Amino acid sequence: MYQLYFVLQARALTSQTAESDAIRFLVGTQSLKFDNQIHIIDFDDENNIISKSVLQHQAGEIWHISASPADKAVLTTCYNKTSESRVVTCGAVWRMPPEWESGSHESPDDPHNSHNPQNLELLCHLDNSSHGNASCVLWEPMGDGKHVISLADNHALLWDLTESSTQATISSSATLEGKGQLKFTAGKWSPHHNCTQLATANDTAIRGWDLRTMSQIYCIENAHGQLVRDLDFNPNKQYYLASCGDDCKVKFWDVRNINEPVKTLEEHSHWVWSVRFNHSHDQLVLTGSSDSRVILSNMVSISSEPFGHLVDDDDLSDGEDNHQDEKTKEPLQDSIISTYEEHEDSVYAVEWSSADPWLFASLSYDGRLVINRVPRALKYHILL
Amino acid sequence: MDGDINATAPGTTPPDSDPARKRRVHGMLKLYYGLNEEGKTVDQAESMDPCDINGPHFDPEVYLNKLRRECSLGELMDQETCMVKQIRSLDSDMQTLVYENYNKFISATDTIRKMKNDFKKMEDEMDCLSTNMASITDFSARISGTLQDQHAQITKLSGVHTLLRKLQFLFELPARLNKCLELQAYAQAVSSHRRARCVLQQYSHMPSFRGIQDDCHAIMDKLAQELRQKFRDGGSSAKDLSECVELLLQLDEPAEELCDKFLSHAQSRLEADLLGLEAETDILEFIDRGCNEFVSSLCLVIASYQELFVNRPQEGELASKNIPQMAIGKLHAFVDALATRYFSLVERRIQEEKSVGDNSLLVRALDRFHRRLQAVAKLLPGSAVPSQGTEIVVRAARERIKQYLAALQSFYLNSLTDVRQALAAPRLATGKDAPASLPELLSTLSASILNQIKSVLASVHLFTAKDITFSNKPYFKGEFCSHGVRESLVVNFIMFVCQSSRQFCESAGDRGGSTPPALLLLLSRLCLDYETSTITYILTLTDEQFLVQHHSPVTAVTALCGEAREAAQKLLNHYVKVQGLIISQMLRKSVETRDWVNTIEPRNVRAVMKRVVEDTTSIDVQVGLLYEEGVRKAHSSDSSKRTFSVYSSSRQQTRYAPSYTPSAPMDTNLLSNIHKLFSERVEIFSPVEFNKVSVLTGIIKISLKTFLECVRLRTFGRYGLQQIQVDCHYLQMYLWRFVSDENLVHFLLDEIVGSTAHRCLDPAPMEQSVIEVICERG
Repeated sequence: MYQLYFVLQARALTSQTAESDAIRFLVGTQSLKFDNQIHIIDFDDENNIISKSVLQHQAGEIWHISASPADKAVLTTCYNKTSESRVVTCGAVWRMPPEWESGSHESPDDPHNSHNPQNLELLCHLDNSSHGNASCVLWEPMGDGKHVISLADNHALLWDLTESSTQATISSSATLEGKGQLKFTAGKWSPHHNCTQLATANDTAIRGWDLRTMSQIYCIENAHGQLVRDLDFNPNKQYYLASCGDDCKVKFWDVRNINEPVKTLEEHSHWVWSVRFNHSHDQLVLTGSSDSRVILSNMVSISSEPFGHLVDDDDLSDGEDNHQDEKTKEPLQDSIISTYEEHEDSVYAVEWSSADPWLFASLSYDGRLVINRVPRALKYHILL
Repeated sequence: MDGDINATAPGTTPPDSDPARKRRVHGMLKLYYGLNEEGKTVDQAESMDPCDINGPHFDPEVYLNKLRRECSLGELMDQETCMVKQIRSLDSDMQTLVYENYNKFISATDTIRKMKNDFKKMEDEMDCLSTNMASITDFSARISGTLQDQHAQITKLSGVHTLLRKLQFLFELPARLNKCLELQAYAQAVSSHRRARCVLQQYSHMPSFRGIQDDCHAIMDKLAQELRQKFRDGGSSAKDLSECVELLLQLDEPAEELCDKFLSHAQSRLEADLLGLEAETDILEFIDRGCNEFVSSLCLVIASYQELFVNRPQEGELASKNIPQMAIGKLHAFVDALATRYFSLVERRIQEEKSVGDNSLLVRALDRFHRRLQAVAKLLPGSAVPSQGTEIVVRAARERIKQYLAALQSFYLNSLTDVRQALAAPRLATGKDAPASLPELLSTLSASILNQIKSVLASVHLFTAKDITFSNKPYFKGEFCSHGVRESLVVNFIMFVCQSSRQFCESAGDRGGSTPPALLLLLSRLCLDYETSTITYILTLTDEQFLVQHHSPVTAVTALCGEAREAAQKLLNHYVKVQGLIISQMLRKSVETRDWVNTIEPRNVRAVMKRVVEDTTSIDVQVGLLYEEGVRKAHSSDSSKRTFSVYSSSRQQTRYAPSYTPSAPMDTNLLSNIHKLFSERVEIFSPVEFNKVSVLTGIIKISLKTFLECVRLRTFGRYGLQQIQVDCHYLQMYLWRFVSDENLVHFLLDEIVGSTAHRCLDPAPMEQSVIEVICERG
């Protein structure tokens, strides 16, 4: 377990999606008084050293951050802009200055060095003032970094980024119609079906959208007893979706049968703000909650590897083969692997590393980032 | 000399009367005549004293000398006189004896002489007799010789006579049989025919006899035909029937066929009975009719059948055919087939008996049903019918238990619906009639359930009443009580109560709390009461009533209690969650819908806060009705007046210190974190205890945490912060009294104000005194 403190409070966390070698997380701060920053957290796995770089994000406090899957240097933020007693949430695409790595590198032990952090370079605004406040921006998974979706109040907007992402045009949009003030609270772009599907959450409902026609394909009414806070797609099973919310539950859905969740976890003692499948081993599910806990669960029964890691017969000699058989016959049960209680305040974001599947970070409101590893025993159990 | 002896010995005793003396006299006589064989021994015993006057060696000389030497004169004189006297008496005795014996000799001689004469005469007569006898013998022999021939003739004649009479009987037989047939005196005909049959059979080679035999056969065939007809018609009485059968058997009719006919005949009648049964509607009447018509006729059939075929003493060739075995076999098959049909009817009928109102009717019917089958058991010892009947009763009892369980369950659900309505009613019609309070509802609910259980137990108990025939069957003694009543009925019902209560938690949680919270609270208390007392009471009651002997392992009281407690806990947790949610929603809406940046300076506590306090108070009252107060930590004396201020708390100072002291943000943040290390982690949706304070604490925790999280998502202007300050102070004033540890409220409210300050664009807090004034005014 490795901890890191920020001066400012923070909610926004993402791993640097396009980076597959270094373990790197991006954290966006929230402060109404100071210039907000994007902290680039590098974790040296071999030497167990955390290092941090800071970039200035002067546009406003960051509510959501998302890294481009194609270009390491490109990211989007959703930020609050306060002007004349009005608070507006905007989305923008940014580029990190190329020299950040060399320039403003700082040691976490010496925060006072960061006097002159470099600024982010604005590529373009996802200007949607006519559509309302942006709650999050989603990159096309595994895409070429040319498409993003922003969720703004009750609109889902599909943007095309052109000219090295300096131009953003709305190519299509969908609007949620209904009584009252509807507002998207969370969303996720499905990596399956050629990236043609989007899942969104508003209030207690989860909706699926077909991006080709921008029409709703399914709707799980009352997916949670209260507000749905986050969604994630199972990276290996195309119809499986996890959701979490204010009813303290984490639910797993098969969107082909939306009447009942496939599985429900009820381990947290307050709202669950974030849920993430491990990118490689989808039985590993990470959840963060405002009860200040992070829980790592092993959802074997609904994973894509329900019988453990599949091993080719060719790879094994006969003796090992038998051994393997015995092992796979063990009844595999869903279980809580670990509960991490390092945080003192509500945990609003958890994220797996995109480079190392056994590593994850969690961020609590008081500005504490905690990096943890999947327990070694479990890792070997999954691998062997 | 003898005389001397006699004279000296007697002394004073009178001579005649003494038997000893007489014997001695005899003995001396014998001695005198030399008859005595014992003489020698006497001799030896006698003294050899020559002076002994009675001894054999008496020497008068010695004796005299001795006397003269020893005695004086006087004595001699006396001796002499005595001696003389003795000699005289001896002489006279001797004379008498001689005389007597002489007379006897004379008369004996006379008698002998007379006898000699008589014998001579008799000899003559005897000779005469013997000659007479010889002549008589002679005569007799001569007579018998003459009569010999005639006697032989007579014997022969008498033989012919008998034969003729038999022949006459034979010749008359056809006519007689015909007559019998006409008169319907079948028995006589059969017995006549039977007598003649052998003879006819034997002499059938003779044409005349053959004619007779043929005639007889023809007649008897006709008779048999008629008998069969009669048998088949069946209108006749049992006695007639049995006579019929008997005759037919004697006529060599195959017994098997008869059995079949008899049974098929009986079957048609019994089936008619069964058909009649199907129309019956009332269960008791149905069973009555079944018993009275079907079972009793079945018994009658069995009895008469056994009379006819089984128990009849077998004679002659019939005995060899082993009829009883065959007949019994047929009877069993017959009874089994019919009983199966009867049972299926009964079972169908019993299954229709769904109303659980009055069990006594069914039990009575079953009892009657079972009792009547015992008659069959007595009549037909090896039959499976009674045991099948018992099985039907057992099945019916099991079915009954299931029905009762279903009834109990629906009763429970109905009661719950009633309670719901009662809970909803006050809102619809306030004050019309005094709305039942929660404790009243609870007690009525619990009492009505208990009553229902008791009445069901009483109903079921009828099955085991002493006067019911099947109650002493092993099933009803053991399994019915333990497995049936205790487990299937009572335990299952309790489980059902717990489970259905839990369902309220599960279904309501996701689908927007359709269950009124008061019902949750009430059910929770109900389950808790079950855990503490009711379950034990019900099970003890059951065990006592049914004398349950636990053959198989049964659910333990503790397991059930655990179940109930779990349900109670779950319900209460859910209650807390639902109530917390309701207040949470109010707070959340109030935070989310307001523009906190552009709000005006606070003049009042917001209405929603008052509403929160009001609701909390009413929840407090509601919970207080059912649950005890519980313990709370000691309050500081001025809890309500606690100077609640962002600034007074050093923690809060550091919390948003960065705004004022940007130079050392890290330290303050560290301080805040260190502070948090020492404050206890607050579990928000944590299980509560069964008391009011714990419940209220849970609700307030949930509400305030929601408030906190919502505040963190917003941005505030100066007055927004101030408004939150006012609101929090107001909450602080009123909420502390409900919770177990007021520090918890302080902590959460501190967090809220701290977070608000942090989310504030222009954090200029309000003066504490002003806040107090505003709150007190509101």
